[in-house]
Amino acid sequence: MASNWLLGLLGGALIGAGSALLLVTHGRIAGISGIAGGLVERAAADRAWRLAFLAGLAAAGIAAAAVLPGAIGAPVRSLGAMAVAGLLVGFGARLGDGCTSGHGVCGLSRGSVRSLVAVATFMVTGAITAIVAGRLS
Amino acid sequence: MTASARSRVALGIAALAGVTFGAGLVISGMTQPARIVGFLDPLDGWDPSLAFVMAGAVAVYAVAHAAVRRRARPWLDARFELPGRGSVDAPLVAGAAVFGIGWGLGGFCPGPSIVAAAGGSVGAIVFVMAMLAGMHVRHRLAA
Repeated sequence: MASNWLLGLLGGALIGAGSALLLVTHGRIAGISGIAGGLVERAAADRAWRLAFLAGLAAAGIAAAAVLPGAIGAPVRSLGAMAVAGLLVGFGARLGDGCTSGHGVCGLSRGSVRSLVAVATFMVTGAITAIVAGRLS
Repeated sequence: MTASARSRVALGIAALAGVTFGAGLVISGMTQPARIVGFLDPLDGWDPSLAFVMAGAVAVYAVAHAAVRRRARPWLDARFELPGRGSVDAPLVAGAAVFGIGWGLGGFCPGPSIVAAAGGSVGAIVFVMAMLAGMHVRHRLAA
């Protein structure tokens, strides 16, 4: 369990470092839902850096699947439930202007009150949902 | 540097930021939905270690944010595109509430879902397709 905490801290520091790199060089918030949402919504001129960032993210997934079996965990729900979950996450993140990265990592670091409220809200509804779904399945 | 060389460097660094971010998600366990659900559900053998992920990320990012606050522009772009100090409103709370329900149900938030989908998880691929559809729905309703 202690190693989970250390790996969490280390992984978290890397998440912070990747986000910091995007801030310092591109002046952008590393909010994944905002970056992906911009591809769905915006004009082509703004697409290149978003695609490059997401390609890097995907490359990490491909590498992890190759060298660290088990790092990509199996789904905990049915495919139908995963589709519903994805819809809610995509819709909710755009309506609420951010997700775990934009509101969580970047927003909390910046001392944003909106982000603090968003994080508190999705922690509560996430916990309620996980508790209920865990008892039903 | 020519403009095109400069833009290639900028894209390479954006990709590097993505790889670093993605490696952090993998190492910290965020790409394992069972860990996320175990963190969110405190009644079933709570696993608090994911709180350390946020602590590590905020610790690093806060330093970078403090360092760039007084700069006029980022290194490779014309200006900072950062959110202003808006007020807490109904869409923020409603959106975060809906997001949390999806997060607690699927055990994925957007970043880890993209990493896991690229890693070949069928559940994550379904999740990402639905997530993009959900973003599109929100965009159409707002237009």
